[in-house]
Amino acid sequence: MTDDRISRFELRRKVLRQMTDEQLKARFWELCNQVVEPIVELAQTHTSPSIERSVLLRMGIDSLSSHGVVERIYEAGLLGKGAGHVLLKLAEKLDIDVKGAANAILSDKEILHGLFQEAK
Amino acid sequence: MRSPKPLDPDEKLDVEKILLDLENYHPTRKGWTWRKVPTGGVKMGPFHYHNMSEPLKNSIGLPASKYFEHIDPQPSCVVTTEIASGRFEDDLRRMRMAAWNGADHLMVIRTAGQSHIDGLIEGTPEGTGGVPISRKQIRASRKACDLIEAEVGRQINFHSYISGVAGPEVAVLFAEEGVNGAHQDPQYNVLYRNINMYRSFVDAAEAKRVMASAGIFQIDGAHNANATAKAGWLVMPELMIQHGINCAFSVASGMTKELIGLSTVPPDAPPAPKLWYDLPYAVALRDFFSEYKMRAQQNTRYIEADIEEAVRTHTIDTLISMLTSADVQSTITPDEGRNVPWHYNNIRGIQTVKQTWAALDGIKELLSLNMNGPLGEMVRDIKERAVAFLEEVIEVGGYFAAVEQGFFVDSAKYPERNGDGIARDGRGGVAANTIVHRDPDYMAPVCAHFGENHLPVGLGKPCDLIGGCTLCKPEKIIYIDELDPEDSVARRLENSLPYRKGGLIRPEGEWAGDGIILLQFMIPESEALAQEAGLEIARRMGVQDPQIVNLMVLQPAEGCFVEVKGKVAFDIEKATLKVPPKEELLPEEELRATVKQVGLKVVAATVGEDEHSVGLREILDIKHGGIEKYGVKYHYLGTSVSINKLIDAAIEIGAHAILISTIISHNDIHRTQMKKLVELCQEKGIRQKVILIAGGTQVTSDMAAETGLDATFGRGTKGIHVVDAMVRVLKARGVI
Repeated sequence: MTDDRISRFELRRKVLRQMTDEQLKARFWELCNQVVEPIVELAQTHTSPSIERSVLLRMGIDSLSSHGVVERIYEAGLLGKGAGHVLLKLAEKLDIDVKGAANAILSDKEILHGLFQEAK
Repeated sequence: MRSPKPLDPDEKLDVEKILLDLENYHPTRKGWTWRKVPTGGVKMGPFHYHNMSEPLKNSIGLPASKYFEHIDPQPSCVVTTEIASGRFEDDLRRMRMAAWNGADHLMVIRTAGQSHIDGLIEGTPEGTGGVPISRKQIRASRKACDLIEAEVGRQINFHSYISGVAGPEVAVLFAEEGVNGAHQDPQYNVLYRNINMYRSFVDAAEAKRVMASAGIFQIDGAHNANATAKAGWLVMPELMIQHGINCAFSVASGMTKELIGLSTVPPDAPPAPKLWYDLPYAVALRDFFSEYKMRAQQNTRYIEADIEEAVRTHTIDTLISMLTSADVQSTITPDEGRNVPWHYNNIRGIQTVKQTWAALDGIKELLSLNMNGPLGEMVRDIKERAVAFLEEVIEVGGYFAAVEQGFFVDSAKYPERNGDGIARDGRGGVAANTIVHRDPDYMAPVCAHFGENHLPVGLGKPCDLIGGCTLCKPEKIIYIDELDPEDSVARRLENSLPYRKGGLIRPEGEWAGDGIILLQFMIPESEALAQEAGLEIARRMGVQDPQIVNLMVLQPAEGCFVEVKGKVAFDIEKATLKVPPKEELLPEEELRATVKQVGLKVVAATVGEDEHSVGLREILDIKHGGIEKYGVKYHYLGTSVSINKLIDAAIEIGAHAILISTIISHNDIHRTQMKKLVELCQEKGIRQKVILIAGGTQVTSDMAAETGLDATFGRGTKGIHVVDAMVRVLKARGVI
């Protein structure tokens, strides 16, 4: 296996040897971009509890509340909607501001139930 | 906001005052600041510098600067110092000392374990090996930086870390609070913190997008491979890949290349033939990454307990920066190999860079690298291996697959493998299975958000939906003060109050009142004996918790250099200390003018049976900065001269003053000689016509009053002190 890798390296190297310094540099960056492309795609299409907490922070929710709110949203299976989205939706439904919505989520475990179905 | 009262260089930083009204503090600016480097160079004192930044308003120069009109040339690169004792309130004072010595990038290390905390820390708990990074801590630090930068006259970049499982939140916190620089590299999480790889990269894109919005300068984490791999000098092709992945990912996340820095370390240290490894690596890196910034770190991998050895290695590391390039030059506290760094070792680290940079100013105009020899070949070799490495990463299925197969931090030189790389399972690690696919109607109504975001059409800014986010409207930020009053800065400050603002003094290593001291000595015994003797000596001196921090064998039988650290448990009361009044010298021009006006003449000799001549010659001779330099004419009569003879000589030439040197002091002979000089002058009726001055190693300034002389001087006296004393007497007598 290792011998195989080394021999493939020697082959690769033969090709790379033919390149100018500029071509080699361009190849390096072409490959770096190729490596990160699927990772960027993953990041564009996914979110995480920390990302959602960071959204709530930016919405003016304190760090302690953000933690509990995102946990409830995650448990309710609604993180894919975006925690900020959930807050807005609930605020609209209850006719309160987003801070009020955050408090509502913290004090009532069931409040998120059916939130997105009802709106349909 | 009202601008706060500027700092007084002679007053301690008032930490309590900084903590006041923090809930209403907002940063005065955001983003990173480079130094101002005049294109035509900088003129300072007698010199023209080729590659220096503008000098500071207030600073402390290198010890030798006194020979060069007290100049303090400042390198063109930003200079970093890493500060984190666990108590940020004490770090603030260290930051000020660091800024005065030339640091403008203050990096705060996080407390142990913070990268595994799932959320933000609030309040000001005490940390271990670093500071718990919280909003209150950042605000207080940034507010202190505002004051310090105004005092030294150069903007300060405040820096910490965005990694772990709360990266996006920490990034928002930093953006809100005006943190200027941060480490961010998802590979660091994966390899060294075993955080799930998918989570780490998904979080990183958001964090980087937020950092970009606030102009935060990013430093990557690739240098850790040097420190972790068993043979750090062989992982150079891999380091290029780590840098490349973070750079490409950062650009894709929205960062500008000007604010992306590579954390790069010269991977070797003497006795290795350092240049043959470090220089080709440094050149290869700067070729491939020419559009990015270089943050040149110094090597910590090989730091042992010997401070001087670390300083020497760092000097050579800095040489490599100067032979290639550095936008940010880091400095390492040279005591890192033996304890959590102490205040004064930060300063030593900064001085290493400042001294090297000044010495080698403009080196590239004088020397150039010879790329036609082995250097060029080695550079090309590293680059080819790096590209081949990347090709193999793609061949095995991409980055995540390569990590699973242990491609990274393997200690062999690529393509060789030792099989000791760090392999991580995509399904495992901290926070595994916590990323969630965004639904087709996913939405985040805030600015600086990365990736898919299905906002209603027609919005000006994403946060219009909520009437503005905290990045646009700082007044919406929620400030939490303390969660645990028992573990808080207020409580710690109460305890250290007597040492900061009260009447007590204790030495300080890192925290106010910690009592840390260091003893250094040589024990003429074997290592085993020297160790025990060292501890016993410290104990008998009353040092508490003595520990050997360094022991250097000079020769197995002849002896060892020993360093013992410990603590003193007693306080010194300021009120009991007798501080001699501060002498203020008359301006040099006035002294010269007066000397010229009266044609000042003196006679001088070492008196009694005393053959010492060096001290007096230094007071007299022009080449030592003696009184001759100020225009005084002197007649030197030699050593072992009698007082009588000296007075006769003074009368004969019409001297204005008699200077005696008296070194020998058994039986108080020095006092006797001084008194005799006064008595004989009185007998001969010239006491009011001549100025009588004595000096010597056992003489002190308060002996003048006791003996009846006009002035007496001890160790450390310079010619100017003597001239000053003579001119003052002449003035008092109305001669001028």
